[in-house]
Amino acid sequence: MARAAVKTKMPKTIAPDVLEDMFYHIVLARALDDRMWILNRQGRAPVVYSSNGHEAAQVASAFALDRGRDWVVPYYRDLALVVAMGMTPREIFLHLLARRDDPNSGGRQMPAHWGLKRLNILTSGSVVTTQMLHAAGLALAAKRREEDTVAVAYFGEGSTSQGEFHEAMNIAAVWKLPVIYFNENNGYAISVPQRKQMAVADVAARAEGYGMPGVVVDGNDPVKVYEVMAAAVARARRGEGPTLVEAKTYRFVPHSSDDDDTAYRSREEVAEHKKSDPVITFETTLRELGLLDDAKVADIRARVKAQVDDATRFAEKAPDPDPETLLKHVYYGD
Amino acid sequence: MAVMTYLESVRETLRQEMRRDPRIIIYGEDVGVRGGVFRVTEGLQAEFGEERVMDSPLAEAAIVGTAIGAAINGLRPIPEIQFADFIFPAFNQIVEEAARIRYRSNGDFGVPMVVRAPYGGGIHGALYHSQSVEAFFAHVPGLKVVMPATPYDVKGLLASSIEDEDPVIFLEHKGAYRSIRGEVPDERYLIPLGSADVKRQGTDISIISWGMTVNFSLTAAQKLEQEDGVSAEVLDLRTVRPLDVDAILATTKKTGKVLIVYEDNLTGGFGGEVSAIIAEHALFDLDAPIRRLAGPDVPAMPYAPTLEHAFMVTPDKIHDAALNLARF
Amino acid sequence: MPRTRVKNAPDPELMHRMYYYMVLARMLDERTWILNRQGRAPFVISGQGHEAAQVGAALAFDPEVDIVCPYYRDLGVVLVFGMTPGEVVSGHLGRSTDPSSGGRQMPSHWGHRARHIITGSSPVATQILHATGTALASKARGEKAVSAAFFGEGSTNQGDFHEGLNFASVHKLPVIFICENNGYAISVPQRKQMAIANVAARAQGYGMPGVTVDGLDPVAVYEATKAAVDRARAGDGPSLLEFKVVRLTAHSSDDDDKSYRSPEELAAMRREDPVPRFKSRMEELGIWDDAKEQDLRKRVREEVDQATRVAEAASLPDPDTLLLHVYG
Ligand SMILES: Cc1ncc(C[n+]2csc(CCOP(=O)(O)OP(=O)(O)O)c2C)c(N)n1
Ligand SMILES: Cc1ncc(C[n+]2csc(CCOP(=O)(O)OP(=O)(O)O)c2C)c(N)n1
Ligand SMILES: [Mg+2]
Ligand SMILES: [Mg+2]
Repeated sequence: MARAAVKTKMPKTIAPDVLEDMFYHIVLARALDDRMWILNRQGRAPVVYSSNGHEAAQVASAFALDRGRDWVVPYYRDLALVVAMGMTPREIFLHLLARRDDPNSGGRQMPAHWGLKRLNILTSGSVVTTQMLHAAGLALAAKRREEDTVAVAYFGEGSTSQGEFHEAMNIAAVWKLPVIYFNENNGYAISVPQRKQMAVADVAARAEGYGMPGVVVDGNDPVKVYEVMAAAVARARRGEGPTLVEAKTYRFVPHSSDDDDTAYRSREEVAEHKKSDPVITFETTLRELGLLDDAKVADIRARVKAQVDDATRFAEKAPDPDPETLLKHVYYGD
Repeated sequence: MAVMTYLESVRETLRQEMRRDPRIIIYGEDVGVRGGVFRVTEGLQAEFGEERVMDSPLAEAAIVGTAIGAAINGLRPIPEIQFADFIFPAFNQIVEEAARIRYRSNGDFGVPMVVRAPYGGGIHGALYHSQSVEAFFAHVPGLKVVMPATPYDVKGLLASSIEDEDPVIFLEHKGAYRSIRGEVPDERYLIPLGSADVKRQGTDISIISWGMTVNFSLTAAQKLEQEDGVSAEVLDLRTVRPLDVDAILATTKKTGKVLIVYEDNLTGGFGGEVSAIIAEHALFDLDAPIRRLAGPDVPAMPYAPTLEHAFMVTPDKIHDAALNLARF
Repeated sequence: MPRTRVKNAPDPELMHRMYYYMVLARMLDERTWILNRQGRAPFVISGQGHEAAQVGAALAFDPEVDIVCPYYRDLGVVLVFGMTPGEVVSGHLGRSTDPSSGGRQMPSHWGHRARHIITGSSPVATQILHATGTALASKARGEKAVSAAFFGEGSTNQGDFHEGLNFASVHKLPVIFICENNGYAISVPQRKQMAIANVAARAQGYGMPGVTVDGLDPVAVYEATKAAVDRARAGDGPSLLEFKVVRLTAHSSDDDDKSYRSPEELAAMRREDPVPRFKSRMEELGIWDDAKEQDLRKRVREEVDQATRVAEAASLPDPDTLLLHVYG
């Protein structure tokens, strides 16, 4: 997997304060993620699905959107994405602990099954790849109404083996829908490495077979991801149709808290990839650009820690769902 | 008031609803210029344009999956599945997604769409163009399953389905399309989902059915009256989910003998549910065991006329089963 | 559409075999339409225009060891694999002697264990996975058999297409995916099915070769298929072949293609008919003449007549067999 060295030239495409804001969201997502694992090991959060390692790709992709107006259709890996879209740490932990006021599902879904209408984050289930078609449908409706909003669907590379990947890519291309397919390729579907999943090196190679552009980007480089996404978004808004973006990433933790990744990958492999951990490399870049210094970093970290602590306390004290609500929301008006 | 076929009623209702609600779009395989393989959507693309009546690629999961997204984003999609037998590639999207989106989002999102699909046999359709699929979907909370028997009901139920905020599976019997005619008022009207209809009053025996077999049951009831002096009541469920339990119990209490008729194969078919409800709530009102007349337990309907006939529920088979029960 | 030219003069004997099967497929197909118009065969779905592709491709396999999963248009394929004309017509008449299903399935839902033809259904593209599976078994057992799945271009939009090609490629299976691209899925033209000109372009997304060939030229088809089969047999994995063909008839006897294809388009297409085209080609090569043509036509007509007689004389399935073969 090729990784471009992070260049320390000030990007022309992103304003300095935006770069800093991206960094803040990346750090916040990682801190929330770390806390979730602690809560899990303490027996307080039954399951954790992590965005650990994917943060740069997710956050940067969100920053290329008109957040609040465009749609995102996430999957369970997308904690950092929903953080960037504006889901608050309190809301995230209410969801993690399946509390009554979990805005994603009222405690009904497993953690990391995001969905929040207020933020144009579409509800997501567990069956992988269904969301790619939902994103096409959102885009279809936007196009019918002649709005210039876009929809972005997120999914892993393993999920591209599903028939629905193919059906979604095809229909989006035929109908020239304003949708972006954002693949987070971390090289594994649980334990199954990419070479057992597909006989090609890049998921993006599939785009041509649908008549849409496919772009590979280093998912650890938020600037590059932002630029690629911004181009795809602009293309979609101009009515020129969909794009497949493949961000090469790596998951630093097991698939979920129920997984043991030592069974299928070496510690050396993980350590090697950790060298490009975006939380570290992006900080280095921003320091080199003079946008961050020790004081600023300390300030961000303190702010993040306070938010995570507050969210933890808040969610732990929050009430559980009332069992009486079990039968609610099967149909409209329930 | 016009007299029209079942098929025309579907088409005219779609037209009327599309004229009043610009959110409605129709898409599916061959629904555009071709007007659908049964011609149900004939002329709709000419009237409403390619933006609202679109041919889709040959991909059912895509048809339903995108309809879910479009419904969430403010349209009223009416996807068509060319034959109900081909709904299974979209089963995942219907059952795992559409049905549970409201529930899983705690009421935040809803999927107002109507999936139309022609079902049913007796038309030389063999194993893959004949199936009754209602039991698969009736099992799923979050879905509504509508099966009209007459042109009048088609109109009121389809309009209600389109207005409904939840996903509806709207099953139209292929045999009914051209063979069933009836009066349909010009003006718009709604038939609430979950309201059964007594299609024929009777006192000796109740025949409970839904979809095309309601029409067969009416033919059988007439013969029972004329040839055997048996007065059969025919209850049309019209929607199998939601289910009009009160109507089922009322007719049971009235006649004390119930024959449940459906075209799907017997075991695990929806008739089992109707039967259980009667057994739970009206056992002591029964004067005879509950009987089910349904398709045999083979995977689907075969092609050769001899075999197809052996599979199909027919007016004669209903007549014989009902007479048998009446004489119990 | 790229037309592959054959450099070396092909083997006349092979060309004669090709032509025989093409004419047999055509004349048999024409007969089934007559039976349909006479009300004796309720349904016909036709391979007219696909013969060169089907016959050219099928002849590149070894029917003794190889396995095919055809689709409904593949009369030419099953004839080459050894299904007899009498067996074919018995399927059209829903006779008990139909080797595909004993009259259970619609006509052209081929299947013949002894001839290595795997039973197929109506939901399109499922056979792509079955062929992948038979190839998996052949590979696992160390056999040299190559499997083939045939399908239309519209069917390549189904998820099953993608899952099949991906799986076959990951496991380097000995399977050939053969797309008969006639530009239509019933009424829906290719440009509404996919945003690419050639289905073969999809192959590279799976890391397998994809080739587009003039499907009206049986020799070009044969050579492309032979290369793919050799490759698969050598253990080098799957290929996707796309044969550009024409669909000379309506989609089926239930379709009317005048509602979506102009008279000019239909006329232009008829001029591309692969059967007379191949005949002229052989005449140019000096390996065919009127006498041979008359002789062949007479022979084939007798075969077709005989097939019709045999099938008509056969019995319809006994209704008592309705319940057989649900389980083994
Ligand atoms: C249809 C379906 N099959 C199986 C699973 C179980 N499952 C959950 S995640 C996963 C792996 C997904 O891998 P990938 O798409 O690469 O995403 P990643 O987790 O690596 O981000 C599997 C097999 C599922 N959720 N849905
Ligand atoms: C899953 C499924 N959906 C719909 C159909 C109905 N149907 C039968 S054939 C056909 C068109 C197939 O087009 P193509 O694959 O191009 O093959 P062709 O008939 O042109 O050879 C359709 C939509 C079906 N058989 N299966
Ligand atoms: Mg992965
Ligand atoms: Mg075709």
